[in-house]
Amino acid sequence: MTAFTRRDALGLCAFATLAASAVARAAAPLPGDSVYQLHPRLVDQDGHPFDWSSTRGAPVLASMFYTSCEMVCPLIFESIRRTVDAFDQPVRDKVRVVMVSFDPERDTVAVLKETADKHHCDARWRLARASEADARRIAALLGIQYRRLPSGEFNHSSVISLLDGEGRLVRRTTTAGDVDPALVAAARSL
Amino acid sequence: MRRARSRALAIALATACASAPAADYVRLPGGEFASVLPQGATPGSSAVARIAPFELRTTPVTRAEFRAFLVAHPEWRRGQAPAVFADAAYLADGPAADDRPGAADARPVTGVSWFAAQAFCEAEGGRLPTWLEWEVAAAADATRADARSDPAWRQRILAWYAQPATATLRDVGGPPDMHGVRDLHGLVWEWVDDFNALFVAGDSRTQGDPDTLRFCGAGAISMADRDNYAVLMRIALLSSLSAPDTLRALGFRCARPAPGEAR
Repeated sequence: MTAFTRRDALGLCAFATLAASAVARAAAPLPGDSVYQLHPRLVDQDGHPFDWSSTRGAPVLASMFYTSCEMVCPLIFESIRRTVDAFDQPVRDKVRVVMVSFDPERDTVAVLKETADKHHCDARWRLARASEADARRIAALLGIQYRRLPSGEFNHSSVISLLDGEGRLVRRTTTAGDVDPALVAAARSL
Repeated sequence: MRRARSRALAIALATACASAPAADYVRLPGGEFASVLPQGATPGSSAVARIAPFELRTTPVTRAEFRAFLVAHPEWRRGQAPAVFADAAYLADGPAADDRPGAADARPVTGVSWFAAQAFCEAEGGRLPTWLEWEVAAAADATRADARSDPAWRQRILAWYAQPATATLRDVGGPPDMHGVRDLHGLVWEWVDDFNALFVAGDSRTQGDPDTLRFCGAGAISMADRDNYAVLMRIALLSSLSAPDTLRALGFRCARPAPGEAR
């Protein structure tokens, strides 16, 4: 219970900071190469709808997953967690993680919540679901390939993208289960 | 005065509508289909795919049709569409919204990104076909729903790929297949909705492959039907593309669910 409260408070602080920076930047138009040009309808693990450009101003690690995946997906979570830990300050605190499911059918809000808890995702993380069409568009933007098999499983590539505060791609990595030093180095400029 | 003006407007509208007739779609039955892309859960294993009935545009989208879309959707004009949705060569050979009707109008539009193609289809109440929908449609010839095992059919299609790319494309409207669909082969490459779902491994030696971890599950696959070169080339091309990419010989057509069928 205490943990939740602290987490909520952390979330609120993060939100306030982001909101302030969002207001400061509201006037500037988005660059053409920003993934935030897309406006998918996302819902996070707490059931809150959000616009993914709400993280504008903060560096973002973005990837996709599906919960019933047992092989690579846990490795993606592990990679991102360790990558965040490897970032220097202040990027480590500023960074946000957005993980979009490509299995909206099975990854309900409750399942997302469970997954977030299982992987010890703190307030910097957002696990999200989107419509099938939006998930396909997000995958296209993030350079992720995925395919639903008749069995209900998915084939997918594991790509983690580092975005700058404006939603522009800084670097991509396909390293799963480990920290990609090149990505950590690239984050120093943010 | 006002009445005269609104009448003029009505006539102008009617003329505009008459010059842009509704796109022609036909129903395809779908059903069980053996794709060249293995559908099984393990590498290379095949399973028959079930495709729901759907409707498909009889021809690729033309330059005139795409120009009408640009008039109504300025955000998709060359120079307006953000770089993240369309590369620098997007619509480099036109059309532009203010082009006058011309001789090239009935040619297929090309140089269009996946995002732009998707936006066009949504604007006409459709979507891009899935790979399986495209593939099942493209298996037909004039008399058979699935002509793929006929060597003569394969040879005819391959002949197109052997032709050098010429500077100008012909108009849409080649001979219809048994469903009434035209130009699936022999005119342009076509986007599909799930172009980023077609993994292709160079061969089937995926065990111990350094790429194994890049893909979850049976990500790296081998092909079920290695002799169907024409279709395999399509897959190879599509899987090499990114969504903002454009090519001078890459167009699209739209699909939509058949009435009474969910997507």
